[in-house]
Amino acid sequence: MNREKVSTPPSHLDMHAAFVRDILYAPGLLLACLVLLALAAFILSLAVGSVRIPLRDIVAVLLGGDAAKPAWATIVLQFRLPKAVTAMLAGAALSVSGLQMQTLFRNPLAGPFVLGISSGASLGVALTVLLAGVAVGLGGSTTLLAGISLAGDASLALSAILGSGLVLLLVVSVARRVQSGMTLLILGLMFGYTTSALVSVLIYFSVVERIQAYISWTFGSFGGVTWRQLQVMAPAILLGLAGGHLLMKPLNALLLGETYAQSLGLNVRRVRLGIIGSSAVLAGVVTAFCGPIGFLGIAVPHLCRSLLNTSDHRLLLPAVSFMGTTLALGADIVAGLPGSQLTLPLNAVTALLGAPVVIWVILRQRNLRQAFAG
Amino acid sequence: MKSGTVLKTSALSIGYRRPRKPPVVIASDLNFSLRPGELVCLLGPNGAGKSTLMRTLARLQPSLSGQIWLDGRTLADLRPGQLARRLSIVLTERVDVGAMTGYGLVSLGRHPYTGWTGSLNEQDQRIVQWALRAVGAQDLANRLTVEMSDGERQKVFIARALAQQPSVMLLDEPTAFLDLPRRVEVMELLRQLAIENNQAILLSTHDLDLALRNADRLWLISSDGDLFDGAPEDLILNGAFERVFSAEGVSFDRARGSFHTRQENCGRLLLHGDGVAAFWTRRALERIGYAVENDDENGNSSFYPARAASQASAPGSVTVELREDGAIYILDMAGRKDSFSSLNALTTYLRRAGAGGNADAKADQNIHTRR
Repeated sequence: MNREKVSTPPSHLDMHAAFVRDILYAPGLLLACLVLLALAAFILSLAVGSVRIPLRDIVAVLLGGDAAKPAWATIVLQFRLPKAVTAMLAGAALSVSGLQMQTLFRNPLAGPFVLGISSGASLGVALTVLLAGVAVGLGGSTTLLAGISLAGDASLALSAILGSGLVLLLVVSVARRVQSGMTLLILGLMFGYTTSALVSVLIYFSVVERIQAYISWTFGSFGGVTWRQLQVMAPAILLGLAGGHLLMKPLNALLLGETYAQSLGLNVRRVRLGIIGSSAVLAGVVTAFCGPIGFLGIAVPHLCRSLLNTSDHRLLLPAVSFMGTTLALGADIVAGLPGSQLTLPLNAVTALLGAPVVIWVILRQRNLRQAFAG
Repeated sequence: MKSGTVLKTSALSIGYRRPRKPPVVIASDLNFSLRPGELVCLLGPNGAGKSTLMRTLARLQPSLSGQIWLDGRTLADLRPGQLARRLSIVLTERVDVGAMTGYGLVSLGRHPYTGWTGSLNEQDQRIVQWALRAVGAQDLANRLTVEMSDGERQKVFIARALAQQPSVMLLDEPTAFLDLPRRVEVMELLRQLAIENNQAILLSTHDLDLALRNADRLWLISSDGDLFDGAPEDLILNGAFERVFSAEGVSFDRARGSFHTRQENCGRLLLHGDGVAAFWTRRALERIGYAVENDDENGNSSFYPARAASQASAPGSVTVELREDGAIYILDMAGRKDSFSSLNALTTYLRRAGAGGNADAKADQNIHTRR
């Protein structure tokens, strides 16, 4: 064997040390900037809203002290803090899920939304929310009308996870048979149409209150999540994020395609299931609690790839987490229309703000391929 | 290596399994072995099963029956990580890996050795540097793969396979998308790597000439699933090439070691002259369908090709004369002499003469210079 034949003259070691500095430290710095940015967005999202609260009071409240006005403590702790935490978790979750899908399917257009995973979650939620309404409409018990939150956080999340998981398994089982990424995208699109068709059938037979509840769910919002719901959401997402980060090495191998990955000793089938599992949990849970939030999952990985100029998931995974966090908080701040009593649908804001940014980034690339993993 | 072979198969049968149907057998009862330090080229017509054999050896697809031993252990017993430390591959298809430097790409070859994050320790880094140097691609370390030419990319992918420190490297048509100089370069590189690292390298290719010149051994695989194993020269002499490629509509020229589709025979020509110019003059004449009789300086007359030339026409002759300003080709046909400044002019004239008589050719003064 050739293991002993490796010898490196000192000059190359020097060259290499300099090389490692260049490669590791620059992205490390960028990563630190992303963390700081996320932190700033977090503080800002606590500070702005329909009521202006000075930064000093926010810090005081966060540290367990008292604010100048007691109402401020309630606003920060009961409304803004859970909302900000939800936004952070959701942003990170959707971005990591999107990155995983883009690498797994080797397709720059992939994302939780495009492949119909969010549609699956929507169908799951629609079934839970609207079927109860159908039962009412057909003369069932009125106690079922008591609102979504009473239906139970767990059951709603579970139906979304089931919906998204089923769609993802379907996509992947097809993906193993067809080689073309384009086929997959068309399939995802078809899944989307099918689920929205099923949802519209459900809506047709449901009652108005339920329909309104479902439609406002589809607009997406970080505000509806309570501390109690966060107790379900946060562990699930943190678990999914941890799982996603554990897969950084296989994801890097998958950049070479499945054949090379297999030749590098990867158990492709197991890794694929792991990626799909964590991705489904992430996308499903976020969709369950916040509605189908589009755009972040596709855009953030592209932004990070072009910002860090790398496809290395050891950097990209933490980078998209923090970038997703920042952008979700930012979108939420904008959607809240600071200084006014109005709010915009979150989905409208993510796309309106994000699309021009992504277009700019993509057009700026010298080589389009460079922007994508696929 | 104690045993002297690093990869061995016995009664190996390759092909595809189909659901609810008998499997498609591409080749069966294959018994061959690879020794460390040798470069073996796998040749055969399209569809003969070169890729299938490669994929089966790399365990990317199951064999139908038989055994494969790698480093003294059966392939089926090796865990994925163990296999990856013993065998690496380079595929034909171009893979886009996104924004990744040459260094990053080669580092992926260390995956079987690294921990869960895939981070390289000092030894891993040294090996990555060594692999890049071994293929002469140090300057590509910081370049993005998307910005590399096909040849550069191929080198980096070979370095990546090398970084796995395998005892066997399999390359599926590594020269397919390269220009001629790059092909020669890659082939020489692989031969050198095999010797320097005492690795066995198996590559499939359609580059007959390069394979004949560089391979220690050839594996010729025919459309009906026979595999001929031997030194390139042995396989030429024992007629294996004719057998494998006979059905493909071309004939194999044993004397020249190349394929040709023989056209109709235009007649015989005597060739006077020697050296490189005479060699290529013969090639040009043969290309347009003449049987060339060589009259070299020793007065020995050798005759190509083996098949009988038509005796109907009296042989003309071509004399190659070297002058300060280049070669002059003098054609002597039935006592009339024409001289040409290039082989293009000569062959154009002969082709016209063959097709429509001399009158046409005479009219075209631009093609040849006449004295």
